[in-house]
Amino acid sequence: MEPILSIRNLNFYYGEHKALKDVNMDIYKNNVTAFIGPSGCGKSTFLRTLNRMNDFIENVKVEGNIIYEGKDIYSKEMEPVELRRRIGMVFQKPNPFPKTIYENIVYGLRKNGVNKKEVLDEVVEKTLKAVALYDEVKDKIHKSALELSGGQQQRLCIARAIAMQPDVVLMDEPTSALDPISTMKIEELVLELKKDYTIIIVTHSMQQAARISDYTAFFLNGEVVEYDETSKIFSNPRDKRTEDYITGRFG
Amino acid sequence: MNNEELKRLKKRKMLNSVMHGIFLACTLFGVIVLAVLMIDILRKGLPWLSFDFLKNFPSRFPKKSGIYPALLGSLWVILLTAIIAFPIGVGTAIYLEEYAEDNRFTEFIKLNIANLAGVPSIIYGMLGLAVFVRLFSMGRTILAASFTMAILILPIIIIASQEAIKSVPSSLKQASYALGTTKWQTVTGVIIPYALPGILTGSILAISRALGEAAPLIVVGALAYVSFIPKGPFDQFTVLPIQIFNWAGMPKKEFQDVAAAGIIVLLVILLGVNSVAIILRNKYQIRMKD
Repeated sequence: MEPILSIRNLNFYYGEHKALKDVNMDIYKNNVTAFIGPSGCGKSTFLRTLNRMNDFIENVKVEGNIIYEGKDIYSKEMEPVELRRRIGMVFQKPNPFPKTIYENIVYGLRKNGVNKKEVLDEVVEKTLKAVALYDEVKDKIHKSALELSGGQQQRLCIARAIAMQPDVVLMDEPTSALDPISTMKIEELVLELKKDYTIIIVTHSMQQAARISDYTAFFLNGEVVEYDETSKIFSNPRDKRTEDYITGRFG
Repeated sequence: MNNEELKRLKKRKMLNSVMHGIFLACTLFGVIVLAVLMIDILRKGLPWLSFDFLKNFPSRFPKKSGIYPALLGSLWVILLTAIIAFPIGVGTAIYLEEYAEDNRFTEFIKLNIANLAGVPSIIYGMLGLAVFVRLFSMGRTILAASFTMAILILPIIIIASQEAIKSVPSSLKQASYALGTTKWQTVTGVIIPYALPGILTGSILAISRALGEAAPLIVVGALAYVSFIPKGPFDQFTVLPIQIFNWAGMPKKEFQDVAAAGIIVLLVILLGVNSVAIILRNKYQIRMKD
């Protein structure tokens, strides 16, 4: 299988603090890859290195390579603005813009120069259907997105991300602020979306990783302890620390 | 509850009532003084207030005196001040909050802007006289006055805009960046729309402060007596507070009442400007759920 992202010898520093230590990983296309591990283990930091969202934090340093389409994403050839269009992101808390549902979805397209009404209308309908939100909101797509429930808002944020037609969608604990029913809907959605997108999801819940992911990486203190097919990680972990974590002995 | 505890409770409740009374008195002090002032001014000024008062020129006869040139002068100065100060102030705030790196230099600028907001207005008058009137040869014109006033209120606009920009949730900025937008696109797409009510409120309040300032404009060279209507930025002028000050200093007793009428006009304009601020804020206020 061909990797869409190849991470080689990645180190990441917040000032003096080394938050990621020599991470090596291949992320495979049209799969769901989950990052698990206790708080502060570096899984979110790692996720944010993949679309250079860490650029906005001052006093950080990246070493190593992340290869995407044959190019190192931290090299001069890669424009971060373009990279983020290709590698989208969904955040921990639903963060729709205080605009209409419609304008939320087309925001990125408009900023990338797409302004034709027919095109935008089509994208809105298509992406709302893709995130199974269309039937719920079809009568109020020109109303404020803030009127939606938390779960609906998060699905809207996913719609906003996939409206850009990205290759990869990064999800940073997308269900941690949601109730169980909304969580279930997002999980179903992730399984549906992997047909068209590569999904990388950070999760606090091991059950969630087991339910939806094809590959799982276990992070501890900035290191990847183990990275393998999800079934192997959960049934037959090679590392003692992984086993301790997934059996609930710590974390 | 035993006796001892009951006694203590009573004492605590008593102290609470006393403090309640003291704080109420503090509040009433300001309100009552203001009310007395208002009543006095209204009593003196209202009989003099008429359409003629608004349309007439100043005169040595109190009955014929009017406020027209000062009113137009104030409106001209305020309009130009807003046009100069608003874009520069908001631009500075966007630079400091979004573009500038967090280094010592930026810190130094921010600190000094905060200090400038506290500099007495007459100092700005001296600056305006030296720089705009003389160095840039603008003369004692509305334009020079507007630039002086713009410099005076710039720190207030910058600080208000900075606060408004800081209040934009970082989650929204990140959402915008994560969709492949540049900094400028995020500024126009998320930051300005969200911060606009705060920016507008702060700016309008700053402008209403400029409306009431007399000291810097006396230094810059507003006229004491104006017998013409200012028609453009290069005309000489006077403004409402200076006109009021002149009337208040006149020997004839009736002029005190004319001054009161002038104060009412100034207050009505100030209240008008402040209501615009409130209306704009409510109109653009975006209610965010946390």
